[in-house]
Amino acid sequence: MLNYPRAPILIMAHRIEIITEVNDTKSQVLTERLKRENFPVQSAKVIEVYTINKDFTDPQLKKIAEIFTNPVIQKFAIDSPIQSENFSFALEIGFLPGVTDNIATTARESIEDLFKTKFTEEESVHTSTLIFLDGKITEDQAKEIGNALANKLIQRIHIKSARQFETDKGMDIVVPKVHLTAHQKADEVNLNISEEELLKLGKEGILDEDGTRRGPLALDKESLDTIKKYYEKEGRNPTDIELESLAQTWSEHCKHTIFAAKIDDNEEGLYKGFIKKATQGIRKQKGQDDFCVSVFKDNSGGIVFDENWIVTDKAETHNSPSALDPFGGAITGIVGVNRDTIGFGKGAKPVINKYGFCVGNPQDEEAIYRDKALTNRALSPKRILQGVIGGVNSGGNQSGIPTPQGFLYFNDRYKGKPLIFVGTVGLIPRTLNGKDSCEKQAKKGDRVIMVGGRVGQDGIHGATFSSEALSQGSPATAVQIGDPITQKKLSDAIIKEARDRNLYNSITDNGAGGLSCSVAEMAKECGGCLVNLDQVPLKYPNLDPWKIWISESQERMTLAVPPEKVTEFMELMESRGVEATDIGEFNDSGRCVVELKGEKIMDMEMNFLHDGLPRKELKTTYTRPNNPEPNFAEPKDLTETLHRMMERPNLSSFAFISRQYDHNVQGGETIGPLQGKGEVNGEASVTKPLFSSNKGVVCSQGLYPTYSDIDTYHMAACSIDTAIRNNIAAGGNLDHMSLMDNFCWCSSNDEERLGQLKAAAQACYDYATAYGTPYISGKDSMFNDFSGFDKGGKPTKISVPPTLLISSLSVMPNVHKAISLDAKFPGDLIYVIGETYPELGAGEYYNMMGEEIGNSVPKVNTEMAIKTYRAMMQAIDLSLIASAISPTYGGLAPALAKKAIAGQLGMKIDPSAIIQKEVSRQDHLLFSETQSRFIVTIAADQKGRFESTFRNVPFAQIGETTEEPNFEIKGLIKTTVQNLSEHYKKTFKNW
Amino acid sequence: MKPKALIITGYGINCEEETAQVFDSQGAEAKIMHLGDIIKNPACLNDFQILAFPGGFSYGDDTGSGNAIANKIKNNINDELLRFAQEDKLIIGICNGFQMLANLGLVPAINNAYGERRVALMHNAQARYECRWIHVKTSSDKCIWTRNIDSLHIPIAHGEGNFYTDEETLKQIEANDQIAFRYTKEDGSPANGEFPHNPNGSLQDVAAICDPSGRILGMMPHPERFHCATNECGWTLKRQKLLREGKDLQQEGDGLKLFKNAVTYFTS
Repeated sequence: MLNYPRAPILIMAHRIEIITEVNDTKSQVLTERLKRENFPVQSAKVIEVYTINKDFTDPQLKKIAEIFTNPVIQKFAIDSPIQSENFSFALEIGFLPGVTDNIATTARESIEDLFKTKFTEEESVHTSTLIFLDGKITEDQAKEIGNALANKLIQRIHIKSARQFETDKGMDIVVPKVHLTAHQKADEVNLNISEEELLKLGKEGILDEDGTRRGPLALDKESLDTIKKYYEKEGRNPTDIELESLAQTWSEHCKHTIFAAKIDDNEEGLYKGFIKKATQGIRKQKGQDDFCVSVFKDNSGGIVFDENWIVTDKAETHNSPSALDPFGGAITGIVGVNRDTIGFGKGAKPVINKYGFCVGNPQDEEAIYRDKALTNRALSPKRILQGVIGGVNSGGNQSGIPTPQGFLYFNDRYKGKPLIFVGTVGLIPRTLNGKDSCEKQAKKGDRVIMVGGRVGQDGIHGATFSSEALSQGSPATAVQIGDPITQKKLSDAIIKEARDRNLYNSITDNGAGGLSCSVAEMAKECGGCLVNLDQVPLKYPNLDPWKIWISESQERMTLAVPPEKVTEFMELMESRGVEATDIGEFNDSGRCVVELKGEKIMDMEMNFLHDGLPRKELKTTYTRPNNPEPNFAEPKDLTETLHRMMERPNLSSFAFISRQYDHNVQGGETIGPLQGKGEVNGEASVTKPLFSSNKGVVCSQGLYPTYSDIDTYHMAACSIDTAIRNNIAAGGNLDHMSLMDNFCWCSSNDEERLGQLKAAAQACYDYATAYGTPYISGKDSMFNDFSGFDKGGKPTKISVPPTLLISSLSVMPNVHKAISLDAKFPGDLIYVIGETYPELGAGEYYNMMGEEIGNSVPKVNTEMAIKTYRAMMQAIDLSLIASAISPTYGGLAPALAKKAIAGQLGMKIDPSAIIQKEVSRQDHLLFSETQSRFIVTIAADQKGRFESTFRNVPFAQIGETTEEPNFEIKGLIKTTVQNLSEHYKKTFKNW
Repeated sequence: MKPKALIITGYGINCEEETAQVFDSQGAEAKIMHLGDIIKNPACLNDFQILAFPGGFSYGDDTGSGNAIANKIKNNINDELLRFAQEDKLIIGICNGFQMLANLGLVPAINNAYGERRVALMHNAQARYECRWIHVKTSSDKCIWTRNIDSLHIPIAHGEGNFYTDEETLKQIEANDQIAFRYTKEDGSPANGEFPHNPNGSLQDVAAICDPSGRILGMMPHPERFHCATNECGWTLKRQKLLREGKDLQQEGDGLKLFKNAVTYFTS
């Protein structure tokens, strides 16, 4: 239980306020923002506040203030307001108790280093932001501003009028420390209850004495019955920690129960029967040329990079946390997936970050609520987008990992629950200390060492929560704040030092389920573990034992360290400022045992914990819709139509994101996120990860969520083809390319949704097998539904369109041959490679026209596609291609426009030259999303060699680039490159 | 004899590997050392001729960019560092490293007042982290690191690079020939504070300054991120042009020149 004491209490806390006197960008930006949002604010002045909850003398306090102040531009005040006039309201935003406060952590460390002293557990530092608002504003408006700036889930807001401020002589000193009532024991949970009560236990959690529930266990009837039977055999009831532990380990999030289930008459299920099967078949087929090294079994998947190195890949989602706290959700998402790299084999180094944000229409401000009383409003798509952009910015930039690859995708159905994809590519030597770097095994007798951050209430029930739809009961404690610098220290100490000194036998990430999952998972490697919870370092005292065990507090990893290396390991961590704690022992007892104050509070068979979960059997149906075809007339002004298309959020420039993400740190950037003089967002990136080798990593992705409204089989096929095609267009290598599948489904207990899922998985098998591109890692998130109320209080459910993100990664031999999308020189020839069909169903054009989506979803012809891709690889190798783009959303016309904008060159195009089949309308020709096509430009003198390279596939020269910046598709479109560029960059211009 | 370069790391510094690699590639012998280890044995500084403060996010920019780590350095190895700074040795601070040098007072160190904090690198004027390629022009004759360099196409990536100082200090820095790089437009004309040519709002387009001796350089752009030709923004266009002239793209990037200058200072 939390309470929020008002200081001063016990210790005399001090308050240091710092004002910036010149070039105060923060205040200027805030003032502009508030004015833009129509608050009658003349100025907003931002003051940094440090609350020092420790006794210091006046000269000491002055020294402290000095180290936080830049004397060139700032001034400070101690225990008195730095400003006391020129404002109507003072608004302070600080953190709630227990919320990670990174600046305060650094500040405390700086003070400790300054005086060579240590803070006790009762002493602390806290930061907050004080804003002096000037203008004719009312108290309500001040409150509204507070709500707009703060997230009440994690922050406190304190407002004082100028008069109040004067009476009180400033703001209050607030020390937001967590005070928990001691409850340091495990409770027995009675399972001999009515079936109704049992189901309630599974759905809402363990009943506390005060009648409240602890939050979702997400255990269904079958699982509960199995648990009940197990404890009948053990002759007792489970403890709360045991039940919580089972709930974490058995969660959909951790065990992927749906992908593991028998589905209809398919005994193997979706994962073994489709995804893994594809990889196994491809590896066998490739024989000697198999490049897979470690697939599906580790935190990431790994393939060969060269004779000495392995490249790893992993993509994750952080959807539910991002819906509640977008910044926190996204930052913990990105640093979390970094740990999946650090936790690969003996520890890989993250070298590329990737992101993908699927959100609602950013212009949509219509409120939806989580509760019937309409008090708990869901964040707007715009607020979510801004937050997640900021989260990946902080997490990626501060970690020193380049972020060259990413995408945005908008659809109204992401309004309730956004999909926030984050991914990381890593690099690891193939051998370490003479051993295979992928092999790791905790051995009997190894110590269980937890490293990184401390454990708090944050992220309780993350795993079980994400296995449930987002509703009123969603726990606020599922919110986590990231601390990239703590993780950076941890990461450096592990992968740059401890790994190469061979100080541990195994390592894994503490992600979903916290210790309960990471320790138990590693204990499988040797057959048991004994953990002493008293040893686990906590953020604040008196945390319930079950919470310690399942907390998802961030920036932690678990290692198995042989006893003889513990001292060396601990000394290394200490010297690098990384907290490391010995919390137990790995053994071969066959049981997972947890002790508290010498008492066993958990004692469970390893087999039951990991394999006791009853396998589900799922039934599916899939009725493909027969949608009416749209019947709008062909627009008379196709120029205007193209201009509108370029403004579609799914097609438009998101340079504002690319520019704020560091994409050249580590020095490997080759093809970055913005290409050509006109700075167009590309679909693929190329990175040269090693200083001394010209080999490159090509990354891309494909997704077509709206195609699911017609047929999820073809949706998946197109996603795969696009991920591969984009990759090839940048110089990627079909013979050395791996894929990842990230399924984000909805209502996955519905047979129709499962039918859609099965069809998509079938396509995953069929198309990966045809292309010879194995899956090396994947993840699923099955319940992306929002259940709440509209502004009228009417119950509403918003489910995401079934979404499959396919990521591609290939290794190219020489980055000098990489291809960018920008047209290069006037007089170059423009070609379209591939045939165009009238395939516009559920595509961008039909969606823009706002009528029916039709049924003409693009279908992939792999035989033709492979021939095309091979010819393309050959042409690139022969340096025949000057620029290339693969048409995706909106088809040929937007892709041509992007090439022109990027190259700042005109184009003269004859549309009749485009090879087309059954296309009856010009708008269809321009905007069809037929797959497996490229648009390339070449130097005119390469025409002969180029055409001979492509002799076995359909292609046509359709025009030329021109010096004059006019963009003309004969008889259909006439505009200028400048015009196109303005439309392309309009949508997010002021973001 | 190869000059030895000490590359500081730890606490969120993150460009130490590429910085070490560029020094090595130009003939130095680079060693990456954790600041914690240097604090334990400050005498180790004597073994090196070059000291590099790489880019990164030391302490996550908490309490000000490059501030917390500068405090840590001052609290623990201030004397040793000031001695190093005044010997015939070289120091470079890149990006976050420049912020550290500024906070440590190693630049501009007007009138050899090493340790005095006179300049600040503030939040970018457009209030956002910015990653892009820009152009700079050399404007100091005394800076050892920028010898024989006229201009550079070079990347920046920072949230706090807005150079500021009081009028008097600026006058002195200019009079002493201590402005090493200024942001320019593509054609070499002054950026005049215009975004994006001047990417952060820096006073007088200042991108880099050095100490009075020209041995210590603090710069916001990242020369180590332009170590090969394919790093450069727009290299694919350059390559196409060369191909059509029957030539091929070179391997090395122009950013290496600074590190070559540092090595040459000790070897020639």
